[in-house]
Amino acid sequence: MKRARNQADLQFPSHSANEGFARAAAACFAAQLDPTLEELGDIKTAVSEAVTNCIVHAYPDTIGSIALKLRHHDGNVLEIVVRDWGCGIENIEQAREPLFTTGGADRSGMGFTIMESFMDSLRIRSVPGRGTTVTMKKKIAQRAAVR
Amino acid sequence: MELKSIPRGAELEVSFAGELDHHAAKQAMHALDEELEEQLPRNLVLDFGGLQFMDSSGIAVVMRAYRRMQELGGSVCMKNVPDQPGKVLRAAALDRLIPMDGKKAPSGL
Repeated sequence: MKRARNQADLQFPSHSANEGFARAAAACFAAQLDPTLEELGDIKTAVSEAVTNCIVHAYPDTIGSIALKLRHHDGNVLEIVVRDWGCGIENIEQAREPLFTTGGADRSGMGFTIMESFMDSLRIRSVPGRGTTVTMKKKIAQRAAVR
Repeated sequence: MELKSIPRGAELEVSFAGELDHHAAKQAMHALDEELEEQLPRNLVLDFGGLQFMDSSGIAVVMRAYRRMQELGGSVCMKNVPDQPGKVLRAAALDRLIPMDGKKAPSGL
């Protein structure tokens, strides 16, 4: 893909208080693509799911680092990359299944399903013991300028 | 995240305000558990009117309340559900299990 029109890179520790920070930062960046309120809600939800996965699953017993990369590409496409250097996912197919979770009764198992249905695309790359990279894209429809 | 509960006889209404994510879910579950144990209601009404955000952590909170109310032989419904939390709840088909904003959940689930 060509160089992004605009970009922002953030890195923060896996404290659960940063879930709200990450989705608010993504929403602020996404605002320049002029999304609808619904699209903005979809983006915040997907980022919240991805960052929560890092906190709950990648670093279950430690505080590790989470990177959030935001890209504005030609064609009004928003790309969001969430990466961690945690324990990785053994079976990605299984992790993507609705309701599957290793997180017990406190987790719904709907994270990847929601990322997939709220964004246009979802790619997961993971190496057990090395970490996970989640890449999501969403095209924001360009609306006619209001005079 | 703020929870407020209003007991009305056999009915317990719990209203949620703020953002219900993984960070807030543990506290919300704990508060809801305590209220249910204390009040033992026949009907639980979850008022989501003050929710500014909810992700799949909220699904687990609602499911836990639903299971507990089933054990108590009671019912659950959700009201004043804003658009974003509504979309998350529908993605998990919770609107087919629990009445949402007066719309009855279809039977057979």
